[in-house]
Amino acid sequence: MVDFAGWSMPVQYGSIIEEHLATRSAAGMFDVSHMGRLDVGGPGALDWLESLLTRCVSDIDVGRCRYTLVTTDDGGVTILDDALVGRVPDAADGSPRMTLVVNASNRGRVVSWLRGRLPAAGVALADRTAATAMIAVQGPAALEVVTGLCGADDAARITGLGTYRSTSASVAGVPTAVSRTGYTGEDGVELVVPEADAVTVWEAILAAGGPRGLRPCGLGARDTLRLEAGMPLYGHELTANADPFALGLGLAVNLESPQGVARPFPGAAALRRMRDTPGGRVRVGLAGTSKRAAREAAAVLRPGDGRPVGVVSSGSFSPSLGHAVAMAMVDRDVAASGTALEVAVRDAREAVRVAPLPFYRRQAPRK
Amino acid sequence: MAADLKFAKTHEWIRPEAGGLATVGISAYAVEALTDLVFMQLPAVGKRVKAGESIGEIESVKAVSDLYAPVSGEIVEVNVPLTGSLETLGKDPYGAGWIVRLRPDDPAEMTGLLDQAAYDAMVKSQSH
Repeated sequence: MVDFAGWSMPVQYGSIIEEHLATRSAAGMFDVSHMGRLDVGGPGALDWLESLLTRCVSDIDVGRCRYTLVTTDDGGVTILDDALVGRVPDAADGSPRMTLVVNASNRGRVVSWLRGRLPAAGVALADRTAATAMIAVQGPAALEVVTGLCGADDAARITGLGTYRSTSASVAGVPTAVSRTGYTGEDGVELVVPEADAVTVWEAILAAGGPRGLRPCGLGARDTLRLEAGMPLYGHELTANADPFALGLGLAVNLESPQGVARPFPGAAALRRMRDTPGGRVRVGLAGTSKRAAREAAAVLRPGDGRPVGVVSSGSFSPSLGHAVAMAMVDRDVAASGTALEVAVRDAREAVRVAPLPFYRRQAPRK
Repeated sequence: MAADLKFAKTHEWIRPEAGGLATVGISAYAVEALTDLVFMQLPAVGKRVKAGESIGEIESVKAVSDLYAPVSGEIVEVNVPLTGSLETLGKDPYGAGWIVRLRPDDPAEMTGLLDQAAYDAMVKSQSH
């Protein structure tokens, strides 16, 4: 167990490689209760979030969610976090209800920043992290395992959910918010349940999934899975002063509304300059030939003269591919796929090639 | 209990051999704790090392760890096949999973290391 942003969490239950491969071949279950879960409601909730987030919010349909950045304007732009913003069915009084899922390490500052911008009336913000638990079930068998714990109607609705869609259901008898989302590159769902029912749901999934090859997975496998899937992690790829366009995260920044009107969220002017005048290093994948991994902060070098051309942001042995992989920020003139580069690993240099992201893409077509 | 094994606090074992040599490996506990071993780097034969100095590294999915010389001496042989079959470390850490042979400068240096009972007690007090 390790301390992770104040949460005591397992790096692994057994072998990281076995947990990783189980998620790719059958299913993995992850306790992701450390992720911050915020509810935003009230008649002004949509307009308020629309004014704050990099992603269009006011046109989100009920039952959908989007990947967004949370930014603040400090003369330029500071990225506070990346998050999922979703819309759930309206409250009884007809006012909209929104959810935000933020990183554990950023939850405190995101919540206090949001609270500082609440209008006098019309918007309510509640931090639901401690009152709920969140369980991710990921992998080709994930849907079958979870829907097996539901009634026929709920099972059909979950099976029919598109990516980045959410619904509510009774899972193992527990009222559950279900979203077709994840952080592994696999099909699967993330479940939010009342804190008091978390163990019931966890054990029901473990009992139903065990015979199908499901395994509980820790932070170690979560990191290798998201790395193979080319997904950024705040604090590694995505940092406070990062250029989201250079990271390949331009989709998370809607500088204009669907009607073409400029959106004035915090930091929009600085982000517009980043979009319109590309420069600096870009995010790439690096595929190694050996199993020896370049870790975060390792220098990326040009072969021959050894000129530094980038820095590794995440790196590991890839259990699916059998060799080392990394994500790195590199100079644009060496960013083309196939470019031969080197990474400094302690006293040695390892040969790598620029590789397209993601490193791993699931084969099976989505049902 | 292996009477001829001595252990460093950094989890390497050392066993005296004929001809003034000694074999070095890492403990079953260390292999178990590291898990998911993917890469090992060995020192060059002929390298002179001091007790406590790094003689190589072992990498798991989550981290890289140094291997330390339990005593001072000269590396006389390294287990090259092991680097291609790291699972041997888990199957036979005190036999086929040996890592290097060295010629200790002073065989008496081994007496300062932990015996199996003392090492087991240290491991037990560290795990919780």
